[in-house]
Amino acid sequence: MRRLRTLAAGAASVPITLFGLVLITFVIGRIVPIDPVIAIVGDHAPPDVIAHVRAELGLDKPLPVQFLIYVDRLLHGNLGRSVMTTHPVTTDIAHYFPATIELATAAILIALAVGIPLGVFAAARQGSRFDHVVRVLSIGGQSVPVFVLGLIFLLVFYVKLGIAPGTGQQSVIYEGMVPYVTGMHVVDAALSGQWDAFEDGLAHLALPALVLAYYSLGYITRMTRAYMIDALRGEYIVTARAKGLSARRILWRHAFGNIAVGLITVIALAYANLLSGAVLTETVFSWPGLGLYLTVSLLNADMNAVLGATLVVGLVYIGLNLLADLAYRLFDPRVR
Amino acid sequence: MSARVEMRGLRVSFPSPRGPVEVVRGVSLDLGAEKLGIVGESGSGKSLTARAILKLLPAAAHIRAERLRFDDIDVLTAGERQMRAIRGRRAGLILQDPKYALNPVMTAGAQIAEAWRAHHRGRRRQAMEAAVELLAQVRIRDPARVAGLYPHELSGGMGQRVMIAMMLAPDPELLIADEPTSALDATVQAEILRLIDDLVSRRGMGLILISHDLPLVSHFCDRVMVMYAGRVVEELRAADLAAARHPYTRGLLDCMPSLLHPKPRLPVLARDAAWNE
Ligand SMILES: Nc1ncnc2c1ncn2[C@@H]1O[C@H](COP(=O)(O)OP(=O)(O)O)[C@@H](O)[C@H]1O
Ligand SMILES: [Mg+2]
Repeated sequence: MRRLRTLAAGAASVPITLFGLVLITFVIGRIVPIDPVIAIVGDHAPPDVIAHVRAELGLDKPLPVQFLIYVDRLLHGNLGRSVMTTHPVTTDIAHYFPATIELATAAILIALAVGIPLGVFAAARQGSRFDHVVRVLSIGGQSVPVFVLGLIFLLVFYVKLGIAPGTGQQSVIYEGMVPYVTGMHVVDAALSGQWDAFEDGLAHLALPALVLAYYSLGYITRMTRAYMIDALRGEYIVTARAKGLSARRILWRHAFGNIAVGLITVIALAYANLLSGAVLTETVFSWPGLGLYLTVSLLNADMNAVLGATLVVGLVYIGLNLLADLAYRLFDPRVR
Repeated sequence: MSARVEMRGLRVSFPSPRGPVEVVRGVSLDLGAEKLGIVGESGSGKSLTARAILKLLPAAAHIRAERLRFDDIDVLTAGERQMRAIRGRRAGLILQDPKYALNPVMTAGAQIAEAWRAHHRGRRRQAMEAAVELLAQVRIRDPARVAGLYPHELSGGMGQRVMIAMMLAPDPELLIADEPTSALDATVQAEILRLIDDLVSRRGMGLILISHDLPLVSHFCDRVMVMYAGRVVEELRAADLAAARHPYTRGLLDCMPSLLHPKPRLPVLARDAAWNE
């Protein structure tokens, strides 16, 4: 019962954040100098057609009313149509988002598998040469723009060495062979047992995932190291040593055990960044994800698509934040 | 079953911008199955002296001695592996404040079981049973329930009992208690000290009890060592406390309020630069 209450407290701020998100996308939609009517009917439509469409969209009504109409549409899952693809924006997003999830998930898994051990061992050997190397590496990940890194990777591994496939999600020969289930190409290939396509998909996933992973690696490593240094100063570490435990057990069970829950927030934020910040990587690698969709929509002034994609990114942040908060309340005995 | 600790001329120093600062300056002590009290004001080097026996000093500390042995093991040259065989198994360390000294995300039972398993062969279940049994030995009521509690759910006195149970789990020969009651309410201080005293006596262990409370220590110990500014200024049998000679020891005695001989005003503890020599 008490646990239920702490969980509810964690979710309390969500409606406010959601409202803010909806309001912001609404305002952006009104202040950009793009007329949604012209975008639909074209520059040369007769005035009465323009007026008709304007009324149909409710754009002749006062702003508060327009906002209510906007909210009502959102509640019905209606994000409008994309001018560019002519599909409903929801359909487009359902089509493009899984590829982004696939890429971001691969990237975060790599970043965690590498970043957490690096951070833990750097903290255990604070001030050592290893620690300095790790610091330089992790600062590098934050300061090299992803598209530069992406282009370098493509140049080295695809053009020069020829050990990586080119851009995109799959090779042309597998096009259309993997049935659509989750939309995540590699997962779908595995589900349908097409291991050739699966391997091909993994190979395509490798470079963009590594580029994105390197971007998060710095953040995860630095936070892990900082948390660990703090934990290792604790008196309970002296106690653990006095018990005669092994260095490894002290490091992982006692020190890391204390920071693990705190790291969840860090990981959630890094993951949200990957889900939304994959724009440049997706463009460089022609990865058919939400970032690519957003970029192309922006370049085409396709406002419904832009706002829809922005809403989804915002929802991802809110959702992951909520999850991290709930995990914190569930797993940390001090909060419970 | 008791180890001998032999310490000759222990020196501990820390680097500082103006060169190394020596904070323990030639301390010697000998210990068998007896209870030794170390008394002195804060910063006099009590903790460092005691922790040197387990080689559990801060990373920056530099340690030297003519001799520092735990039984047949030369602590000065022993590696981590050898020291781990001493820590916990042969000598336990109880720290001042259970609020910080216990791992906040592990249950009391898990922390005791871990100490038990580090030095006994046994399954997890067996270790948990041993933990509950140890909690009963430190006179915790309802030990099975307490084993499932996290440190923040324990009172200071309970926390310190858990700490004691944990350090007794591997059956050590020596217990080092570093101000084990300084963070506790006055009402539970005596209880915890009596518990330690009782367990140590019953198991025939050696004890090093660190405190800044001279009368209290002399009540529980056979011998008392008085430290001042990194040195031992006086060492005497607890029974001979009244015969203490050193002005600092006398000062410590005089500064204690007494119900039998009340003073209108407590004297201020005197210090003298000459004692540093
Ligand atoms: N990590 C450290 N770095 C620098 N100086 C320290 C450190 N730990 C202890 N000291 C110094 O050593 C002296 C003795 O410390 P300690 O043995 O803990 O004293 P006590 O336990 O008697 O209060 C203190 O005055 C303190 O300034
Ligand atoms: Mg101390």
